[in-house]
Amino acid sequence: MELTALTAAEIAEKVQNREVRALEVAEAFLARTHKLDPQVQAYNEVFDRLARLQAGSVDAKIEKGEKVGPLAGVPIAIKDNLMIRGEKCTCSSKILENYVATYDATVIQKLRDAGAVFIGHTNLDEFAMGSSTENSAFRTTKNPWALDRIPGGSSGGSAAAVAARMAPISLGSDTGGSIRQPAALCGILGLKPTYGRVSRFGLVAFASSLDQIGPFATNAKDTALVMDAIAGHDGYDSTSVDRPVPSTLAGLEKSMQGLRIGLPKEYFISGIDPEVDAAVRNAVKSLEAMGAIVKEISLPHTEACLAVYYVLAPSEASSNLSRFDGVRYGHRAKDATNLLALYEKSRGEGFGPEVKRRIMIGTYALSSGYYDAYYSKAQKVRTLIKRDFEKAFEQVDVIATPTTPAPAFKSGEKSADPLQMYLSDIFTISCNLAGIPGISIPCGFTNQKLPIGLQLLGKPFDEETLLSVAHHYEKAHDWNRQLPAL
Amino acid sequence: MAISKKDVEHVARLARLALSDEEKERYTTQMGSILEYIEKLKAINTDGVEPTAHPWPVTNVWREDKAELLQGVTRDELLQNAPEKEGPFFKVRKVME
Repeated sequence: MELTALTAAEIAEKVQNREVRALEVAEAFLARTHKLDPQVQAYNEVFDRLARLQAGSVDAKIEKGEKVGPLAGVPIAIKDNLMIRGEKCTCSSKILENYVATYDATVIQKLRDAGAVFIGHTNLDEFAMGSSTENSAFRTTKNPWALDRIPGGSSGGSAAAVAARMAPISLGSDTGGSIRQPAALCGILGLKPTYGRVSRFGLVAFASSLDQIGPFATNAKDTALVMDAIAGHDGYDSTSVDRPVPSTLAGLEKSMQGLRIGLPKEYFISGIDPEVDAAVRNAVKSLEAMGAIVKEISLPHTEACLAVYYVLAPSEASSNLSRFDGVRYGHRAKDATNLLALYEKSRGEGFGPEVKRRIMIGTYALSSGYYDAYYSKAQKVRTLIKRDFEKAFEQVDVIATPTTPAPAFKSGEKSADPLQMYLSDIFTISCNLAGIPGISIPCGFTNQKLPIGLQLLGKPFDEETLLSVAHHYEKAHDWNRQLPAL
Repeated sequence: MAISKKDVEHVARLARLALSDEEKERYTTQMGSILEYIEKLKAINTDGVEPTAHPWPVTNVWREDKAELLQGVTRDELLQNAPEKEGPFFKVRKVME
């Protein structure tokens, strides 16, 4: 039995039934990771010691007949902007190169309780700012389907690790598409939960009103397992929402009969790669054949989303990243003679080009004389974008779009022009601005065998419907079960 | 919208970022084109529209004003990450000249 070919649900079941030991599972994924990661470069750090320790303790519990959680013995890769106590948390930034987390993120505590095994910290665009994982200070992660192409970003390491089956599941964070876009480009599933559904405590903040943590997996059931494990209100995050959390796992088989799916005309525009357009339309036809009712809808302020995002996200980032001052933690410049120079030099040396660019844009947008024209204006347009979705969800239950306008591009292709890079997030940003849940599911391949993703957007707190649609779709198609040749 | 190198220097000071000359030149051009793209928001009528700061209404959450130990983290552990320290303190450059 090839252990690394199993799904998370299969692993959990076999571990609990004592068909296989958690330690054997951990060893299998560690061995595959050490074999493949020199090519893929998905991980910043592999937790050989921690993974064996955690797996051993799961085995010991099972041996003693103690109750274990729903992810007992399942390895999971964690984006390197989520704090795991005692392990480094770098955000792929030089400024945090040697930072050791002093506490667990809430999602990490919840995963510990569920019995999961942390296999490593994955690479990202520095502080989650980017769409290709090329903005990492440490390494460039490759797309497992085509090693000369980008895996997407910013959670590119978490997506590539699962696509290459170096982990069955992983966690990422999504501020403007950073889970869904790499999931699409790497041929796996990625879910951004509703804002407030998952605690952000222990996630290094990028843009606090947009950030959400969510799972990557190779199928809907595994996605639901992780979602159920991490969701819920948390006293340490005042923006986490205190309302009941239904089991998305229990809702997977929910019927698709009469489900109303909206196709926003603003998302099917010229300029989309024709193969992507065709695959997404075919996927929608397939959902229609399963009983869904498809209708065209309009989200009139779609074109403004990217501009709103590139005011609000950098503004929030410039404020959040002011904590990196070279005093309490992180890089400190060696030769600063006074306090001001210490701040300026530590930050100038520690942050990479994209992070500096966004701090500059955000600082500019918030500065005296420009606040109303940029920040305040963008917040008002955000209201209009949110209303578009509220109106649309009076007519439909789910909105279907392409996740990205094109498949994975070649490494280096868009590095010189920030605006071109930003445009690769054009279909994923609205979801964060509106706060609603969104998922990307594999829906085909291009002729060159590059994965294509279908994005489904749902009503607030209705992750259940998104996952059930994904689950039904998978039964009819095997896109999510295909493997890259590595 | 065109912005000048002087604007970039002003913003860099506000952001406490030391930039090289080469970075200043590059950001002058790049910020100019990004801001030009953002300008398109001006064409959208937002009269009478309330701003959205958060997806859902958030209210302040109160708790008792009492120190609480988080996951048993100690002062010594927190100081492990300090770039410079002395005893139980973070060490900084002189603030007053």
